Amino acid sequence: MKLIFEKSVKGRHCDLLPKCDVDLVELPESLRRETAPALPELSEVDVARHYTELNHRVHGVNCGFYPLGSCTMKYNPRIDEDMASLPGFAGVHPLAPAYAVEGCREVLDTAARYLCELTGMQGMTFQPAAGAHGEFTGVLLIKQYHDKRGDVKRRKIIVPDSAHGTNPATAAMCGFEVVNIPSAPNGCVDLEALKAVLGEDTAGLMLTNPNTVGIFDENILEITRLVHEAGGLCYYDGANLNAIMGVVRPGDMGFDCVHMNLHKTFATPHGGGGPGACAVGCKDFLCEFLPASALMEGPGHIQVRSFAGNFLVVVRALSYLLSLGREGIPEAAQNAVLNANYLMRRIQGSFDLAFDRVCMHEFVLDLSRFKKETGVSALDVAKSLIDYGMHPPTMYFPLIVHEALMLEPTETESKETLDWAADIFRALYELGYTDPETMHEAPHHAQIGRPDEVRAARNPILRWQKPEGCHG
Amino acid sequence: MSYVPSTPAERQEMLRAVGAEDFKALYRDVPQEVLLDRPLDLPEGMSELEMSRRMSEMAAKNRLFPTVLRGAGAYDHYIPAVVRSIPAKEEFLTAYTPYQAEMSQGVLQSIFEYQTMICELTGMDVSNASVYDGATAAAEAAAMCRDRRRRVTLISAAAHPDTLGTVRTYCYGTGDELRIVPMKDGKTDIEALRAMLTPEVASFYVQQPNFYGQLEDAEALGALVHEAGALYVMGCNPISLGILKTPRDCGADVAVGEGQPLGMPLGFGGPFLGFMATTTKNMRKLPGRIVGETVDSRGERAYVLSLQAREQHIRREKASSNICSNEALCALTAAVYLATVGPEGLAEAARQCMAKAHYLCRKLCGIEGVELVYTGEYFHEFVTTLPRRDEVLKALEDAGILGGLPMEEGVLWCATEKQSREELDRAVAIVKEVLAG
Repeated sequence: MKLIFEKSVKGRHCDLLPKCDVDLVELPESLRRETAPALPELSEVDVARHYTELNHRVHGVNCGFYPLGSCTMKYNPRIDEDMASLPGFAGVHPLAPAYAVEGCREVLDTAARYLCELTGMQGMTFQPAAGAHGEFTGVLLIKQYHDKRGDVKRRKIIVPDSAHGTNPATAAMCGFEVVNIPSAPNGCVDLEALKAVLGEDTAGLMLTNPNTVGIFDENILEITRLVHEAGGLCYYDGANLNAIMGVVRPGDMGFDCVHMNLHKTFATPHGGGGPGACAVGCKDFLCEFLPASALMEGPGHIQVRSFAGNFLVVVRALSYLLSLGREGIPEAAQNAVLNANYLMRRIQGSFDLAFDRVCMHEFVLDLSRFKKETGVSALDVAKSLIDYGMHPPTMYFPLIVHEALMLEPTETESKETLDWAADIFRALYELGYTDPETMHEAPHHAQIGRPDEVRAARNPILRWQKPEGCHG
Repeated sequence: MSYVPSTPAERQEMLRAVGAEDFKALYRDVPQEVLLDRPLDLPEGMSELEMSRRMSEMAAKNRLFPTVLRGAGAYDHYIPAVVRSIPAKEEFLTAYTPYQAEMSQGVLQSIFEYQTMICELTGMDVSNASVYDGATAAAEAAAMCRDRRRRVTLISAAAHPDTLGTVRTYCYGTGDELRIVPMKDGKTDIEALRAMLTPEVASFYVQQPNFYGQLEDAEALGALVHEAGALYVMGCNPISLGILKTPRDCGADVAVGEGQPLGMPLGFGGPFLGFMATTTKNMRKLPGRIVGETVDSRGERAYVLSLQAREQHIRREKASSNICSNEALCALTAAVYLATVGPEGLAEAARQCMAKAHYLCRKLCGIEGVELVYTGEYFHEFVTTLPRRDEVLKALEDAGILGGLPMEEGVLWCATEKQSREELDRAVAIVKEVLAG
């Protein structure tokens, strides 16, 4: 379809503002813009139709099954959008006087209290805007803790090789040296490998549990004990909290700080890649290191962005927490786990399971045998799913499984959707042996065929350019 | 309230199918001693109606001001209706990051268009898909400008305090030094900057207009920075770029800013949008997601996430940032805003912001005891002295007007295209009345 710039007609516009009712003021010439930006010139109907056409070329959770592993693509309740749009929240200036923002404070305090209870923590901040931003905040808590004690030799953060790429990148942004440890064959922490790297230079460990292959690490108490004995702190990456909320708490597992992705676990929409929001919680002894806004709270804290974070996302998350309440939260976790196990067992017998055991909220398929026998890759299978209107699972992650497809159905999918999805997986498994060509060329009925990513990287075209010789 | 669709009977059937007696059996890997053996200390779940009552009660505890004369990093602009409705569409709203291009051309194309608009606004060559907000954009820019030799970051003391705080924190993270260039008469002290531009300086950040509303001599600052071999980062207000010289024309190597004025509500400070653009030369150092154009297997134009070799999922601890996708829907909002107002509408909004602020300033400074603190050129914010400050601001608030931000020097006022002359006159009359009383 055309780009919005290609629909521009010189002189078209929308009437939005009244005529200026005060005298205009001229900028001095030295400060003035020389040429107007080449923004599109459109009527409102042009804008509305353009974006409606684009919107038709988007697959959201509301369009169909979205089993994207590690992303928790659960249904986003519509009422939560209404709550975030209430003028009493959306219209509040972050620097309004305290008496005028009591409702916002109540939202933040209530959400903080509930999330502390869910995680077994005592302090909470909502300043980070996304999961990776929360990791950064959490690891800075660890850094400040050691710095304040003058324990400057602690330069190393331990990260399992199954971790998401943000973990090592975060540790590096916080000035730590990253120590990668190999996972045990079952995808869990290899205790001997952990012991071998622990020492006086250990600042901490970053871990997600259940881990990135969807298995709850049964040695978790031993792991956190070992890290603490060495003088390090334990950071809980809350990427997979949906499996265990209300069932078991990171604080009770021995973690000192934790981040939660409100846009995953607490059902706020992903928006095509944000805005999310992140809550970072910590035990009492780390509370003094939590971030704050210099302008709102004064100096003396770290700060990871302006103001109080993505507040309107917190409003959505609190709406969700209030809706589910004390029974609904563990119910969601349990059904997320049940749905994953059910889908895994329904697929079993076709594609190989990377780990044939009870899983948490997600599981990994290992397609290396299938690829060897048919030539059809995990990518081919993923692309074939698109023709059925199913969003593909996460591909080629975690890195410790070859030809990996990682599925996370979430609790908001019904049994018939899971049955439907399993049947498609089984059918594609058969198709790999009978007609691999069709799968190599998939998708066949999508918005586009497979894009040439190499060309995009080698010859970067990152913006629209006005065609040569075209004026206006 | 539960959003789980399966019935109790279906759950039993599924449990049987996976060979589990009950839900507890699914958690068999969790050590018994850490399983939560009590209900959560949270209220009982609520129906949709009860929950919406409870949240509305909280919203009602906030006080709304129909007239907002306060900015300081969060600006009350007019948001056209279409800019509110488009990002609320369910597909845009509930999609994930566009990893699967074949199912996400709508998101990818909207970001590609956004990138183009940011390039047009700033005059730069390449924009990323977004960062968290203006403050983190400044911090990410400082990080991308460092190399092995040049590690020190300079920032103007006239930057937003939250930007200063955020850049300081990011520098603390990597262990790099931050030096603050002092202010003189409400602007960056250019002579102080000259002296501070030593060979270990990687970059200098200035905000235009700065926190005090003053317009910096951005070209001269840039020339100094380049003479010293450092990179020049400008933090821009996107509305002002409708009429103000582009960062590119001021010599910026990286242009960043807070995108909230482009159609996002105040929202008690978020979600906001960090924009970030640079020159072709620095393209591969730009953090965050970037969408590129390519062709598909049928030879048709298509869009994909591109230049991913820069990013954390490939480079892990060697990546310069851990940032992933972030404010996509806010970037969409900004793009819809810019498409709706167009080049002339943006310039008009900027002209009216400037005109109303100057009108308000003239009228306020006509009152005995109210004086302009910094007297340089300004866009839509300015600082005045204000006797009996708290009393005056309270009187304004009682009349539904959020006055300027109280600060050490006095009050930082802001006006936008949204306020009519009558509203401004009313505010001025209240100030006059209190001070006369």
